[in-house]
Amino acid sequence: MEYAIVLFPLLGSIISGFFGKALGSKQSQILTSLLVSVSAIISLYIFYEVLVNDYSSNKLIFNWITSGNFIVNWSVYIDPVTSVMLVVVSLISSIIHFYSIGYMSQDPHKTRFMSYLSLFTFSMLILVTGDNFLQLFFGWEGVGLCSYLLIGFWYKKPSANYAAMKAFIVNRIGDFGFVIGIFLIFFFYGTVNYNEVFQLTPSFADKEIIFLGIQFNLITLICLMLFVGAMGKSAQFLLHTWLPDAMEGPTPVSALIHAATMVTAGVFLVIRCSPIFEYSQVALNVVAIVGMITAIFAATVALVQNDIKKIIAYSTCSQLGYMFFAAGIGAYHVALFHLFTHAFFKALLFLGSGCVIHSFNEEQDIRLMGGVWKKIPYTYVLMIIGTLALTGFPFLSGFYSKDAIIEFAYLEGTYIGYLAVAVGIFTAFLTAIYSWRLIFKTFHGKYNNKSTKKKFIHESPIIMIIPASLLGVGSIIVGILFKETFIGHDVTKFWSDSILFLEMFSHRHPPIFLIFLTPLIVILAIPISYYLFIKNEKLLKNFITKNQRIYKFLLNKWYFDELYNFIFVEPFKKMGTFFWKKGDINTIDRYGPDGISRLIKVISDKTVLFQSGYLYHYAFVMLVGFSVILTYLVLR
Amino acid sequence: MIEVGLGHYLTLASIIFVIGVIGVFLNRKNIIIILMSIELILLAVNINLVSFSIYLQNLTGQIFTMFILTVAAAESAVGLAIIVVYFKNKGSINVEHINSLKG
Repeated sequence: MEYAIVLFPLLGSIISGFFGKALGSKQSQILTSLLVSVSAIISLYIFYEVLVNDYSSNKLIFNWITSGNFIVNWSVYIDPVTSVMLVVVSLISSIIHFYSIGYMSQDPHKTRFMSYLSLFTFSMLILVTGDNFLQLFFGWEGVGLCSYLLIGFWYKKPSANYAAMKAFIVNRIGDFGFVIGIFLIFFFYGTVNYNEVFQLTPSFADKEIIFLGIQFNLITLICLMLFVGAMGKSAQFLLHTWLPDAMEGPTPVSALIHAATMVTAGVFLVIRCSPIFEYSQVALNVVAIVGMITAIFAATVALVQNDIKKIIAYSTCSQLGYMFFAAGIGAYHVALFHLFTHAFFKALLFLGSGCVIHSFNEEQDIRLMGGVWKKIPYTYVLMIIGTLALTGFPFLSGFYSKDAIIEFAYLEGTYIGYLAVAVGIFTAFLTAIYSWRLIFKTFHGKYNNKSTKKKFIHESPIIMIIPASLLGVGSIIVGILFKETFIGHDVTKFWSDSILFLEMFSHRHPPIFLIFLTPLIVILAIPISYYLFIKNEKLLKNFITKNQRIYKFLLNKWYFDELYNFIFVEPFKKMGTFFWKKGDINTIDRYGPDGISRLIKVISDKTVLFQSGYLYHYAFVMLVGFSVILTYLVLR
Repeated sequence: MIEVGLGHYLTLASIIFVIGVIGVFLNRKNIIIILMSIELILLAVNINLVSFSIYLQNLTGQIFTMFILTVAAAESAVGLAIIVVYFKNKGSINVEHINSLKG
C-alpha cells in the first residue's frame, strides 16, 4: 500500500506521457487525476493510522547501491513528518490535477502537461519518503527538473524559457551546497541513512575540521551546507530571484510547485534534519536570520508589485521565511504546521488568481482589473477565504500557525527569539496590507480594463471552482482541526522521535497582549488598506511621488536582478562570448574540423588533375608502377 | 660473319618492346595504333619466349608462344569489335577525345 502512494503518480505520468496520444487527452487527464487521487486517499489513510495508532514503517522498494559498507536503498519511510508531507503533497496535487483539466482546456499539449504534473508528484513523494540523503537528493533533483519543464511549459514564449533556465541555474547553486553537505556527511559518518546519521551526530558534536582554510565545527558546516540547498529550493534571501520569474508557468504549476510543495522541500529538509541542526546553535541562528530577512524583504517587495501572480509569489517567499525562522528558533513542529496550513491557503490563492486570470482573458496586471466582485462571486469568495487565512484572521488556518510561530519565538526567550517576534508581527502587518491591496485592486473600485469589456467577464467553469472550493474548506478548517495534534502541549505525542528537541519549550503562556496583538493588527489592516487603495488613492499617489526612490527600490525588487546581472550574468556572458568566438570558432573550428576539411579539399583538387581520362596516361602510370614493383622484386 | 646468339634476340625483343611502349604513349591520333602497339609488346615477349626455348633446349616456351598468339588474335578481334561499337556511338576514335574516364 505504501508503494502505491509513490508509484501510482509515476504510472500516471508514464501512461500520459508515452501513450497520451493513443489514449486521447481527455482520458489521460482523467486517468492521471484519478491515479494521483488514489495515492492521496492512501496518504490520508496512512496519516490517520499515524495519528491514531502511531504507525510507522520503512518499506524497502529495492536495493540501490551496495558498495562495501555503503548501502543505499530505495524505500518508503513513513513517520509522522513524512505522513504530514505525504498528505500535503498528494492531496494538493490531486486537487490541482483536477483543476488543470479546466485551466488547460484550451491548451494543445494537455497530455504532456498532465504527465509532467504526475512526474512532479512522484519526485516529490520520493523526496519525502526517502530514508537516506541520496534518495532525498534524487527527489530533490527530480522536482527541480519538473519545475524546469513546467515553468518552460509554454516553450514558445522566450520569457518562459528564460524563467525556466533561471530557476534551474539558481537551484544548481543551492544544490551545490547541498551536495557538499551530503559529501561531508558521507565522508565523516560513512553512511547517508537518516537513522545512522542521526544516531552518530551527538558523537561528532565537538569535532572541528578545516574547510577552505577556515576552522569549522563539523556539525555547523554540514548544517550550513544543507541549508544552502534548502535556501535554493525554498527561494530564501539571495537565492530567491527565480521564484517570482517562475510565475511564467501555467497557474496550476505555480499553485502546486511554487507555493504548496516543491518550495517547501527546503523547510522539510531542515525539519527532517532536526537531529543534526539541534546540535549547532550557530546554524540554527543562521537559519532564523535568513528566514527573517526573507520574510521582511519579500513582504516589502510584494507591497508594490502589480502582477497578481508575482504578489502571491513574493507572499510565498515571505511565508517560507516564516517557516525557516520558526525552524531556526527550534520550533520545527510549528514550522511544519505552518507548511501544512500554508500549502492549503497558498494553493487556494493561486487557484483563485488562476480563476481571475481566466476570467480576464489572461490579464495578470491588477491595475487593469477592479470592480468585478459581483460578476465572479465564487472566485471572489475563494480569494477572500485565502486572503483571510494567509493574513492570519482569527480562527482560520493561518491564524493558528502564524501566531504559534510568534508565540514560540517569544517563549524561546533569546535575542533571536525576540527579534523573530518583532519581525513576525511586522511582516504579518505587511502581509495583510499587500494581500488586501490585491483583493481591493482586483475586485473593487473602478473597472479599468480596456481590452476586455466588463460584460464579457465570466465565472470560471465548475471543474475549476470545485477543486478551489475544496482547498477553501481546507484553508478554513485545517488550522482548528490539527492545532492540538501538531503544536499541542505534548510535542512527543504525535511527533514521537521524528523531530528532535534538545530543549523542551517552556509551557508558560505568552503574555496576553502578544496573543491579541497580531490578530488585532491583521484585522485593522483591512480598513487601512481599504482606505488607502479604494477610498483615498490620492494620499498614496502623493506619498509615492514624494518618495519615488523608495517606491522604485521596492518595485525593482531591491535591484537584485540588476545586481546579479551586473555581478554574475554579464561577466559570464562576456566570458562565454569570448570562448565561443575566440576559443571555439577561431581556434578549435579553424584548425580542427574546418581546417582538416579545407586541407582535404586542396589535396583532392590536386589529385583530380591526375585523372585526366586519357588512356595513355593510365597506361603510363601502370607501366611505371609495374616497373617499380618489378625493380623492387628483382633487387630485393 | 657474326654468330647470332641469345643476346641478339633479346636485344631485338627489347627494341620491339620499347617501340610498342612508346607507340602507346606518343600516339595522340588513332586508337587502332594503340592496339597495334600492344600487339608489338606481346610479340616482343613471344620472341623472348622462343629464344629462351631454343637456348635452354626446352620446347615449353615455343608451345606457350603458340597459345599466346592464338589468345592475342582473339584479343585483338575483341578490341577491334569494341572500337567499332565505340565509333558507332561517338562518331570518332580519336584518342584525344576519349577522356570520359576523367575524375
